[in-house]
Amino acid sequence: MSSLRVLATLVATVAAAALVAGQSAGLETLPVRGQVSMITNGSSNVLLQAGPQGVLVVDTLAESDGPRLLEAVRGRAGARPIRYVLNTHADREFTGGNAAIAAAGSQLVAGNFAGQVGQRAVDGAVPQAFVVAHENVLTAMSTAAAGRPAAPFAAWPTDTFFQAERTMYFNGEGIQLVHVPHASTDGDVLVFFRSSDVIAAGDIYSTFGYPRIDVARGGHVNGVIEGLNRLIDLAISEQFTEGGTRIVPGRGRISDEFDVVEYRDMVTIVRDRVQAMIAKKQTLEQIKAARPTLDWEPRYGATTGAWTTAQFVEAVYRSLAGGGGK
Amino acid sequence: MRRARVLLLAMAATLAVAPPASAQFDITGSYNAIFHEDQPERIPGPSLGDYLGLPINESARAFADAWDASRLTVPEHQCRAHSSPYILRGPLNMRIWEERDPETQQVVALHIDISNFQQRRTVWMDGRAHPSRFAEHTWMGFSTGQWEGETLVITTTHIKQMWHRRNGLPQSDQVTLTERFTLHGPVLTYVTHTDDPVYLTEPLVKTTNMLRNPRPLPPQQLLYPCTAVVEIADQPRGAVPHYLPGQNMFLKEFAAQHKLPESAVRGGAATMYPEFRANLR
Repeated sequence: MSSLRVLATLVATVAAAALVAGQSAGLETLPVRGQVSMITNGSSNVLLQAGPQGVLVVDTLAESDGPRLLEAVRGRAGARPIRYVLNTHADREFTGGNAAIAAAGSQLVAGNFAGQVGQRAVDGAVPQAFVVAHENVLTAMSTAAAGRPAAPFAAWPTDTFFQAERTMYFNGEGIQLVHVPHASTDGDVLVFFRSSDVIAAGDIYSTFGYPRIDVARGGHVNGVIEGLNRLIDLAISEQFTEGGTRIVPGRGRISDEFDVVEYRDMVTIVRDRVQAMIAKKQTLEQIKAARPTLDWEPRYGATTGAWTTAQFVEAVYRSLAGGGGK
Repeated sequence: MRRARVLLLAMAATLAVAPPASAQFDITGSYNAIFHEDQPERIPGPSLGDYLGLPINESARAFADAWDASRLTVPEHQCRAHSSPYILRGPLNMRIWEERDPETQQVVALHIDISNFQQRRTVWMDGRAHPSRFAEHTWMGFSTGQWEGETLVITTTHIKQMWHRRNGLPQSDQVTLTERFTLHGPVLTYVTHTDDPVYLTEPLVKTTNMLRNPRPLPPQQLLYPCTAVVEIADQPRGAVPHYLPGQNMFLKEFAAQHKLPESAVRGGAATMYPEFRANLR
C-alpha cells in the first residue's frame, strides 16, 4: 500500500513536471503569440488557436499521433469545442491525425442540411469538426499514388476551396488561407492569423532541412521561392528585422521574418546555381557533383532519411529542366 | 619571527579585502568601446576575401565567396543587427544594470543596453534553464550567467544567423556563445568563445576591452533608429544579390594587395596559429 502511494506520488510529480515544461504525452507545446500555440512531435508542427468560440487546429501530425495530439489540444484548450481543422498541404505527416481530431470536435450547422449530417438535439451541432483545405489536398488524399492507398475517408477535407485565398473569422480574428500554387505540392496554403500575428508556413519553410518539393504532385522550386516571398510580404518585423510577426514552419522552431529571409536567400541561390548549370547543358549527376548546396550542407543537408540533399537538388533540377519555371 | 608576523599580517589584510571565491563584482555602469585591438577589422572593416585567422570550414568559405555586399541594399536586410557574438566589437556605448527581487534582494538578471543597433540583452542570474530548441532565436539570444570568482561567465544560445566576419563569413543559428567579463579597475575585459558546429571547425576566441565611463550616458548615445527604404528603385521583389561560383571578381584583391598566398587568405583553423607563418616563407 505504501509502495503504491509512493508510486502514485511519483507519477503525479512526473505529470506535474511535464505540464510545467509544456509537455503532454510526448508532445511539446509552446506559446507562440496571441491566441496561437504550437504543438510539436519533434518532427512536424501543429498550430492551435483557442478562444471563446472554440478551437482551431492547423495540421494534425501523423495518424499514429492522433490520440496524443488530442490529449495535447485538450491540455492547452480544455473542453472547448474543436470547430476546425485546417491543412497546409496533403502530406501524411501533417494530415494523418485529421480523423482523430475532427471526430473529437463538433460544428454548428443550420437549416435542412443539419438533419442530413447528424445534428445533435442537445447542442445543435454535428459531431465532427470541419476539415478545411485547398481542393488539391482533397484530390491528393483521396487518390492512391506511388504505391500508397488513399487516406482514410474520415481524414479527408470536408470543406475545400480553389481560389487564391480563403478567409475566415474565428475567435475574434481574421484568418487568411493563402494558396501558393506549385510550391511544395500543388495544394499548399499559408495560414495567417491576423490579430495574433502568426503564420503557419507548412512545408514551404523548415528550420530542419531544405524545403521538400514533390515535383510529381505539382511542386516546383519557383513556387517555394514565391511562397517564401509571400511570407516575407505578409510578415512585419518589430525592430531591426526581429520580432513582430511569428512564422511557424511545418518542421522546426518558431521563427520571424528574418529567419525566412535567410532561408529564401538560400533557396534562391541554389535555384540560380542549378539554373546556370542547366544552361551549360550539365547533367543532373554533374550538378550534384558540383555541390550547389555546399554552403548549407552542415546546417540543412542530409545523406539519409526522408529528404536528403540529393533529393532536394534533384527536385530543383526536375523543376527547372523541363523548360524553366512555373 | 618578525618576517613571519609580517607575512601573517599581509595574509590577514588580503583576506580582509579580497572577496570570497563566490564573489560578485559590481560591473553595473556605463562603458565605451576602445579600439587598440583589431582596429582594422573593427572600424574600417575587413576586405572581401579576407578569411585569415578564422577556423572556418569549406561551407563557410563557399557562403562568403557567393556573398555580395549589395545584399544589404535589399530592404529586408537593411536593418539587420549584429548578433551577440559580434556586436560588442563595434563602435558602441553600453550600459549595464541589475534587476533584483524586491523581496529577497537577490540579483535576478543583469540587463545590458547596447547602442549599436539599440539592442538589449538580459542575462538571467537566477539559474533558470535555457528554452526549448523549438523556441525562437533572436539577435542577442537567450543568456544565463554566473560568477566564477571575479569573472562573470555568460552562456548564450538561441542566436539568429549572422556573420563571424562582416565580409560574408556566416555565423549559423546553432552557435553557443560563452563570454567572460572581468573588471580591472576601469577596464572591462571581454573574452568570447564561440562554438559554431555548422561553420567553424574549432572555437573562435576573441578578446576586447572596454572603458568604464564615470558619467552616465545621455539617452541619445544609446539610440539607433533604423528604417528600411528602397535604395535601388528597380530592384525586383525577392532579389538576392550573390555571385555564382567562380564569378566573384573581388576575392583575389586582398591577397594581391598584401602579397599573401591563397592558402593564407582562404582561412581555416591552421591560419590562427603562429606555426602557420612557416608556410609563408
